[in-house]
Amino acid sequence: MPAQTITQPRLGPVGAARWAWRQVTSMRTALFLLLLLAVAALPGSIWPQRSINPARTAAYIEDHPTLGPWLDRLGFFEVYASPWFSAVYLLLFISLVGCVLPRIRVHGRMLRMPPPRVPQRLERLEHHALARTTRPAPEVLATVREALGRRYRVAIKDDSSLSAETGYLRETGNIAFHLALIGILVGVAVGHIYGWKGDVIVPVGSTFANTESRYDTIQYGPRVDPDNFAPFSLTLDKLTVTFEDQVGGRGQFGSPRDFVAEVTTRSAPGAAAQRHTLKVNHPVEMDGATVFLLGNGYAPVITVRDKDGKVLYSQATPFLSRDNNYTSSGAVKVPAARPKQLGFFGNFLPTGIISDDQGPISIFPDAKNPALALGLFEGDLAPGGRASSVYTLDTAAMTQVKAAGSDEVLRLWITPGETVQLPDGRGSITFDRVERWAGLSIRHDPAKDFTLASALLALAALIAQLTIKRRRVFVRVTPENAGSRVVVAALSKTDDEGLAGLVQRLAAVAGDRIDPDDVPAGEQAAAGGARGIRP
Amino acid sequence: MNTTLALYANYSIYSAIAVLTLAMLAYAAYLARAIPAREVARTPERVLVGAGAPAAQVEVGSGAAAVDAGRKMAGIGRSFAWLATACIGVSMVLRGLAVHRPPLGNLYEFVCAAAFAAMLGFCVWNQRRDVSWLGTFVVTPVLIMLLLAVKAFYTEASSLMPALRSYWLTIHVSMATISVGVFTLGAIVAALYLVLDRYARAGHTPRWVRVLPSPAELERTSYSLHIVAFPLWTFTVIAGAIWARQAWASYWNWDPKEVWSFIIWVVYAAFLHARATSGITRQKAQWIALAGFACIIVNYTIVNLYFVGQHSYSGM
Ligand code: HEM
Repeated sequence: MPAQTITQPRLGPVGAARWAWRQVTSMRTALFLLLLLAVAALPGSIWPQRSINPARTAAYIEDHPTLGPWLDRLGFFEVYASPWFSAVYLLLFISLVGCVLPRIRVHGRMLRMPPPRVPQRLERLEHHALARTTRPAPEVLATVREALGRRYRVAIKDDSSLSAETGYLRETGNIAFHLALIGILVGVAVGHIYGWKGDVIVPVGSTFANTESRYDTIQYGPRVDPDNFAPFSLTLDKLTVTFEDQVGGRGQFGSPRDFVAEVTTRSAPGAAAQRHTLKVNHPVEMDGATVFLLGNGYAPVITVRDKDGKVLYSQATPFLSRDNNYTSSGAVKVPAARPKQLGFFGNFLPTGIISDDQGPISIFPDAKNPALALGLFEGDLAPGGRASSVYTLDTAAMTQVKAAGSDEVLRLWITPGETVQLPDGRGSITFDRVERWAGLSIRHDPAKDFTLASALLALAALIAQLTIKRRRVFVRVTPENAGSRVVVAALSKTDDEGLAGLVQRLAAVAGDRIDPDDVPAGEQAAAGGARGIRP
Repeated sequence: MNTTLALYANYSIYSAIAVLTLAMLAYAAYLARAIPAREVARTPERVLVGAGAPAAQVEVGSGAAAVDAGRKMAGIGRSFAWLATACIGVSMVLRGLAVHRPPLGNLYEFVCAAAFAAMLGFCVWNQRRDVSWLGTFVVTPVLIMLLLAVKAFYTEASSLMPALRSYWLTIHVSMATISVGVFTLGAIVAALYLVLDRYARAGHTPRWVRVLPSPAELERTSYSLHIVAFPLWTFTVIAGAIWARQAWASYWNWDPKEVWSFIIWVVYAAFLHARATSGITRQKAQWIALAGFACIIVNYTIVNLYFVGQHSYSGM
């Protein structure tokens, strides 16, 4: 049977491992993994990502009750942390290391070796030229060496032949590029492990102290100790926001134009105060963290009094904007109210109207005609001591208050300076004035400079490897009748349009006369690369 | 905001579209008429090898009489191409002056700038070495780009949202533009290569194809263009990351636009790899380059218009 004659070579465990390693580190595998990486990155742009937009992710899952949970299980809402995405890039980098390390060794050896010997039949090389000269061979070779310049490493043998090589930096660049990619990966990883990032809303006039509990949301890496945060503080003195109110057209009218915050910072309690201007694109660098201005909104100053006029609540209350016109929602919680705790819930409208279909909304983002549209609940604000967000009301243990002498629920519409009496002796609520808040993002990434340096190194090395040509040049001088016959030839590892020109130039330098007739007829076609050369 | 200047900027783009149409016609005529001339001009070149000097003389000498018909059209095409490029450039300058900022703030402006980069690249290249054969294939897509810009992506001139107010806008977006311009030229040549290569292997050569360089030459040209564009794109991504850290506090957020920039980068890296991998044919490699260009198109159309992200500033 013919099948028996084909014996598969037996691979022992070591052989099998070696075989697997060769597969993983082959260029074909690298290519496949690169393409796979591109495909694996794709879902992250299609489905909302939890780390970027948790609200949109939750809404998506709710809207797709069958598909959503499955996608969630498969990691489609956390693509860049999913096992399959990680597997692809880790394999790619393993392949990269396996590929680059041996090449470093080979290249190092290469750098220490002299240029290779001159081949026997230079006329066989695609790019070559012949010249005649009456000058002695050493002189001819010296002129060629001079013409080659300092970029070439040159070896002259027996005063009759010369070999030269240049472009070692190409391979150096290639290796440096691939190592720099590893550098980027390491930098990103270190940033995740030792870095942290927190967001906080700070109303104008308030001070933020950098402690974990002050943040609205905070994420930190496994090796971060939040007790050791730098003890700086920051006071928001002023926030100026301007909006487009000149140009019409879709997506332009009402777009934000400028946010500027004036802040006072202290590197530690009791340290000297420093004033800064914090703007979008102009973060403030603190010791151990950088402060960015990312968002803004309104914090109406609201006062609630009981029926005797005693102040139960009075502060700037941040409302979160829900649309481009800053229709903002928020809550006012008055735990000191008696006999039952009070909670107001509703919208702040910088330019408010009551529309027929959508109810109270804002039609422009600036505070042109501000109003609060609120409803009122009474009962237990935090049943069982449960903590809830300051921007929403947990109404599980509360009932909505009705308007006085009516079955309709109470709807409050309050403009700045106005005080509204609450029904049945529950006191009053005053909308004192409008303040703004700044959304600050505070971040620490100890590896960002390293990552940037790696990226720039990758770029420089990439340019080197793509532009530098690896070339070898050979010259042989043989005595002939009265003078010498010079053969110049060149080789390149890659496409190299300049090679033919180089050969011509060197032949012109070496000889008194270039002799096209000397090329044997059969080799003319082979030397076709010289087409288009201008002398 | 100066509305008069903005209006003139629009007139200038309309002029560019008109002139580009003329350039397209001239280059198409060149392709149609240059064929016999080119064949005559080419034959002696092939024979002369080894030494450069005589080759150059003969090329000019024997070709001169026959080349006329097509040459003239190529010359007209070249003038119109320059004029159209100038019109796009003027339009961008006027728009920039109208809004007191670099005209790179929304999709409309970006498409105009990419068209400008592609045309300028082609014109300069054509000046240094005759690539009239490429004329039709460059001018036509650019014309389509501009028509789309005017018809589908048009955005009124206006100031920028705060996140875009930074000199990084100029650096990041102008690099992206130049890079997309060069990628466009590269994709055009790659597509031509794949078509010509198919003809060559089928042993069938339509007339218009005979004006073009050999498939091998096209393949090399495509590679050269791509290795110019790839580092530019690399720089674009790095500059974007630096800017993202300033504007959004984090240098990489996997925002849809960033995802696609990354995908584009990876696909083109795969192209360069494929070309250096033995056992992968040149054809396959060039297909990967075209896939990269498809990703660029997705990035500037679908991602800009439909995906929700921090880059939603296309003004639409
Ligand atoms: C993170 C993944 C990688 C990226 C983004 C990447 C990118 C690149 C780029 C852009 C080039 C330039 C191509 C050229 O010189 O024309 C290149 C060259 C090269 N890469 Fe990679 N590479 C990666 C991984 C790998 C791996 C895993 C291997 C080994 C299997 C490898 C081996 C090579 C080799 C040998 C070259 C030189 C090709 C030549 O001679 O021109 N690379 N790489």
